[in-house]
Amino acid sequence: MDLNYSAEEAAFRDEVRAWLSASLPLDLRQKVSSYAHLSKDDLMRWHRILAEKGWVAPAWPKEWGGTGWNLVQRYIFEEELGYAGAPPLIPFGLAMCAPVLLRFGTEAQKQRFLPRIYRGEDFWCQGYSEPGSGSDLASLKTKAVRQKDFYVVNGQKIWTTLAHYADWIFCLVRTDPNTGRRQEGISFLLMDMKAPGVTLRPLVLMDGAHEVNEVFFDDVKVPVENRVHEEGQGWTVAKYLLGYERMNTGRIGESKRQLAKLKEYSSSLKNDLRFRDRLSRLEVELMALEITNLRFLDRMRRTGQPPGADVSMLKIKGTEIQQMLTELMMQATDPAASDDFSVAVRKKYLSMRKTTIYAGSNEIQRNIIAKMTLGL
Amino acid sequence: MNFDYNEEQQLLADSVRRFLAKDYGFEARKKIVASAQGYSPQVWATFAQMGLTGLPFPAEFGGFGGGAIDLVNVMEAFGEALVVEPYLPTLMAGRAIARSPLAKSVLPAVIEGRMKLAFAHIEKGARYDLSKISTTARKSGDAWLLQGEKSAVLGAPMADKLVVSARTQNGIELFLVEKERVKALTTLDEMRAAELTLKATKAEPLGGDLELVEEITDFASALACAEAVGAMKFACDTTLEYLKTRKQFGVPIGTFQALQHRMVDMFIAQEQARSMACLACSKVDQSENAKQRARAVSAAKIKIADNARHVSQESVQLHGGMGMSEELKVSHTFRRLTVIAGQFGDADHHLARFAAL
Ligand SMILES: Cc1cc2nc3c(=O)[nH]c(=O)nc-3n(C[C@H](O)[C@H](O)[C@H](O)COP(=O)(O)OP(=O)(O)OC[C@H]3O[C@@H](n4cnc5c(N)ncnc54)[C@H](O)[C@@H]3O)c2cc1C
Repeated sequence: MDLNYSAEEAAFRDEVRAWLSASLPLDLRQKVSSYAHLSKDDLMRWHRILAEKGWVAPAWPKEWGGTGWNLVQRYIFEEELGYAGAPPLIPFGLAMCAPVLLRFGTEAQKQRFLPRIYRGEDFWCQGYSEPGSGSDLASLKTKAVRQKDFYVVNGQKIWTTLAHYADWIFCLVRTDPNTGRRQEGISFLLMDMKAPGVTLRPLVLMDGAHEVNEVFFDDVKVPVENRVHEEGQGWTVAKYLLGYERMNTGRIGESKRQLAKLKEYSSSLKNDLRFRDRLSRLEVELMALEITNLRFLDRMRRTGQPPGADVSMLKIKGTEIQQMLTELMMQATDPAASDDFSVAVRKKYLSMRKTTIYAGSNEIQRNIIAKMTLGL
Repeated sequence: MNFDYNEEQQLLADSVRRFLAKDYGFEARKKIVASAQGYSPQVWATFAQMGLTGLPFPAEFGGFGGGAIDLVNVMEAFGEALVVEPYLPTLMAGRAIARSPLAKSVLPAVIEGRMKLAFAHIEKGARYDLSKISTTARKSGDAWLLQGEKSAVLGAPMADKLVVSARTQNGIELFLVEKERVKALTTLDEMRAAELTLKATKAEPLGGDLELVEEITDFASALACAEAVGAMKFACDTTLEYLKTRKQFGVPIGTFQALQHRMVDMFIAQEQARSMACLACSKVDQSENAKQRARAVSAAKIKIADNARHVSQESVQLHGGMGMSEELKVSHTFRRLTVIAGQFGDADHHLARFAAL
């Protein structure tokens, strides 16, 4: 057993690190490190810089712009992005819609959408959750009725992240209400946000930020060619995506950066044993997560198998660590301070509560491990 | 031993609850928070009519001579409703004035609801250390002049007068200052506070010392504990209601045992917190000495800080996405509980103090 990166892996990491340090614009880096709001322009600027370098979608097949990196290289790249304090790459197009199209899409769909996603010309959002269907996604009600070459869509999505930036939304809709199992009769549609009948209502979260929305569909016409995979097979598509998603939730690099920052920021508390112990415990927790993540990666590399249900623990531990980091950061701020940074840190604590709720709540992740891994 | 509230205490709490239920619902509160002043003068007037602004002050100045125990139930009601009016700051400053030669001239206006106060003690860099004060007071002719900065003074924007602590050759003493225009800022829990810059600011001496500041802070801490219990009660009640009504997988989510146990732990946390709030309030009213009082208050603060964190985090988590929305009161209660866990000292601070006593 050797837990160190090989010479080639280390060289790769250094190459990525060097490029990032030269290419990540200072203003963006500063915005990220001061928890400032990132505008759509900020996000897309960084997307385009990566696209130009050819690194915006490493996991895609080479013919569509992928880098051909192996699993470990891709992991190193992700971690370096986080560690450098790069703006997040919004996953809805790059890491959700694209893998679905690559696996299930027609050639025409790939040709039409993938290059635009790669270049950052279309902004995508994810229309899964509905008011009555969160954890129990398969109960979704948004209805799509086929009329010749169109589906007519009626219903509502909720919690749609950055829908107010989006050009397109991929949705799970019910095309057949009369099936036995609820997972049947669901289809996966690509919908133009500018189509008549699509309206938005902003939902402000408790930190005062507008990042999610309600999206309403009122007789929206969607061409049948915008359906991905067979009619009624949307659940298969969604499940494929879920497995894909979970491997990337540890966010080790990002947390390492936050930890380094926290250590620096809380230096005045370094003689406070209680605080110092909590900080150390958190660091140990992060070390454990990093090695666990690498072990999963190594298993995938050796077996060639997709990640198992047990990778849900990366989401559980990763988000708990992210939350604890912001909580300690908040405790490190001077309680009497009201400068911009202190205020932003406190709001960040509020905002990070979402991480244990979205992308499959941590309760649901535990259910997955209980059932699929432990057989309970 | 008797844990019952007496008839007067019960009647007062009932009328406060009735008023808050009628005039301080979530929507009404939202308007108050968004208003320019950040509090409601009408609500303040009603508090005064109910006797709340006079309750803990001596009868000789028009008060009712009550203690923290008389306010436990009221503060719980405030916590449930997330009251943002500057009640605690006014009581803190008023408590300092009540022990001073100015009591007779100033307190009646406070008790009648015509004057609001703020207590400006903490400075940047002190964290929760009450002795770390660098604002100074010097005598120039007949007048006292203050020099220094006070940070995040709760209630200062709407206060008429401020009680300010400063160093003299005798140590820390308290002073009364006319409020000049300050720049208001909104705290994480939607209250108003201000930074205070004192530059040769004229002040009237109130006397007092660090021990008085500690006593006042312990008194306010005990009341804040009771307020926290009210906020926890709301968080628990509304989460319980949600577990019973929100359906996923065809059943109320409260039927999932994983969530039942979480709800039970929240409930226990609330009850434990209530016990400690009662203890703290009782000991600030009746202690043999300052140490006994301080031990009880720090113990309560530790429990309340831990449980406020626990209950607030769980209440949001069990609401799923809805818990994150500004449109639900539970997210505002989350904010209040987050702040209250650190108000007058976080768990770390009080653990150190408790261990040292
Ligand atoms: C900030 C944010 C951004 C989001 N972005 C998107 C987006 O872009 N697109 C999108 O489609 N959705 C998005 N979501 C929605 C998110 O996926 C859902 O909030 C999540 O799936 C939980 O669903 P819910 O909110 O309906 O909670 P519910 O499912 O009602 O759950 C309430 C509580 O019950 C628990 N629970 C539910 N079922 C069980 C069970 N069987 N056993 C134990 N506990 C259970 C949950 O864990 C939770 O604690 C976002 C949410 C948030 C908060």
